[in-house]
Amino acid sequence: MIIRGRVWKFGDDVNTDLIIAGKYKLSITNIDELSKHAMEALIPNFAEKVKSGDLIVAGENFGCGSSREQAPLVLKHIGIGAVIAKSFARIFYRNAINIGLPAVECKDADKISDGDMLEVYLSEGRIKNVVKNEIYEIKPIPPALLEILINGGLVGYVKKYGRLPW
Amino acid sequence: MGKTISEKIFSLASGRDAYAGDIVIANVDAAMAHDGTALLTIEAFKEMGGRKLWDPLRAILVIDHVAPSANENFSKVHKVMRDFAHKYNANLYDAGSGICHQVMVERGHVMPGYLIVGADSHTCTYGALGAFATGIGSTEMAAVLISGKLWFKIPESIKMEIDGPLPPMTMPKDVILKIAGIIGADGASYEAIEFCGSTVKAMSVDGRLTLCNMAVEMGAKTGIIEPDEKTTNYMHGLEIKNLKMLRSDEDAEYSRKININASKIEPQIACPHTVDNVKPVKEVEGLDINQVFIGSCTNGRLEDLRTAAEIFRGRTVKKGVRVIVAPASRSIYLQALKEGLLEIFIRAGCIVCNPGCGPCAGAHQGILAPGEICLSTSNRNFKGRMGSSEAQIYLASPATAAASALEGKITDPRRLIR
Repeated sequence: MIIRGRVWKFGDDVNTDLIIAGKYKLSITNIDELSKHAMEALIPNFAEKVKSGDLIVAGENFGCGSSREQAPLVLKHIGIGAVIAKSFARIFYRNAINIGLPAVECKDADKISDGDMLEVYLSEGRIKNVVKNEIYEIKPIPPALLEILINGGLVGYVKKYGRLPW
Repeated sequence: MGKTISEKIFSLASGRDAYAGDIVIANVDAAMAHDGTALLTIEAFKEMGGRKLWDPLRAILVIDHVAPSANENFSKVHKVMRDFAHKYNANLYDAGSGICHQVMVERGHVMPGYLIVGADSHTCTYGALGAFATGIGSTEMAAVLISGKLWFKIPESIKMEIDGPLPPMTMPKDVILKIAGIIGADGASYEAIEFCGSTVKAMSVDGRLTLCNMAVEMGAKTGIIEPDEKTTNYMHGLEIKNLKMLRSDEDAEYSRKININASKIEPQIACPHTVDNVKPVKEVEGLDINQVFIGSCTNGRLEDLRTAAEIFRGRTVKKGVRVIVAPASRSIYLQALKEGLLEIFIRAGCIVCNPGCGPCAGAHQGILAPGEICLSTSNRNFKGRMGSSEAQIYLASPATAAASALEGKITDPRRLIR
């Protein structure tokens, strides 16, 4: 699975209220409408600016805070191809895999700049920075989770195999 | 090799001799979702072809985040939840019952030794009763409702030993804010924080629930406390069968041990916009505030309301400050009524809301305007959480909240000791 896209760079502790604020999550149930507010507290009109396949690169503890699955959902819905971070908050990480948004741990995320072009080789466990001509290692996604991810998430997995992974 | 209480719970739930780092498939004892997460759960349940719940008695839905409904959208979500609960015989706690986490511990869904998942990050609260409880997402919750199982990576544990008596006007909230300030917003990522020591032993279950509630604010998978006679007393009146009063072994392995001297802790406050931006209250005293919220799954319990009422008694809220009080559950609301606490709040000029999440989640009952400053007893001060992203949220104890409401500015509650 290869993901290619342009980088939007963020810092540490990007929390779930910054990704999608609770006031929207609770009051808007339509995903098209909800997604318009993705990351808006950090970058106004982010959803409009993102092109399909773009990548989010961030520091430590991405997705900390609430258990809201709408956080990875809106990112996937606006076309984000993968989130790459030095580390993830655990519920966000599980949610991302479960809804089919690649969440990639990379200790070298600091070396990546806003606007860089990356190729993410999920199965091989590396990222190529096309602009800087650098290679970064990523923490491999366990095979069982990769299987959920490549089927578009837990629902996709169940539809394909007719059973839960466990 | 000895085990921590968390390793013991996972060993029981997975049926194998399990230790930190192991990935296990475990049976859960209860599963909870609320009106902020249940809609996606129910949709995923249908998409996965769910036909029945693995165990309806162990499936709990709570309407608390926007309860009663503030607009038609919320009303539709609530209706979907009611219909689902009716069709599949799940437990439903409708608007007015209280905050999901308080309902869970009061209504017998949480027992020592249980493994519990909830579609809410503050599910970690139940560790205060010696259960292992953690937050998951909506889609996973659908899978749990179908199968009663989930995969877990058993976490390492941090031994957080808190000793010494708490000084006057210093509350469990101050202790957990102090800890958040020390270890940071990701200081316990993926780990369990095991709270112990003489301070925790002496603490009421109300206070222990406050400690465990905020474990997730440090990235922890849960907070947990060994059950004791206070735990069983708290569950008085419930039918208790096969109670699993598990304790960590002397030779259990911890990732690290942290010692906190409670007798040196002063009232603490988390400043905008992160929970680990913690200072002693005295360093930010004098800042004007617009709104005070006393409530939430962190601090909406009787001990919290009693402390706040004692400060409010016979006094009046500063003109221009809105003070919102929301008891965490119907039984707390009723007890506060019996004890005269609600009358004290109302006479002081507070707004007393129905049991529920109140303004904490930013959807109703006290939304902040741009430029406003709120002092809240809840657990998150993220930008935009309680309304405008141009508003600011400070987090503190009920004592600090009440004192600040009276003065109209952030105030160290020790100034108001009678």
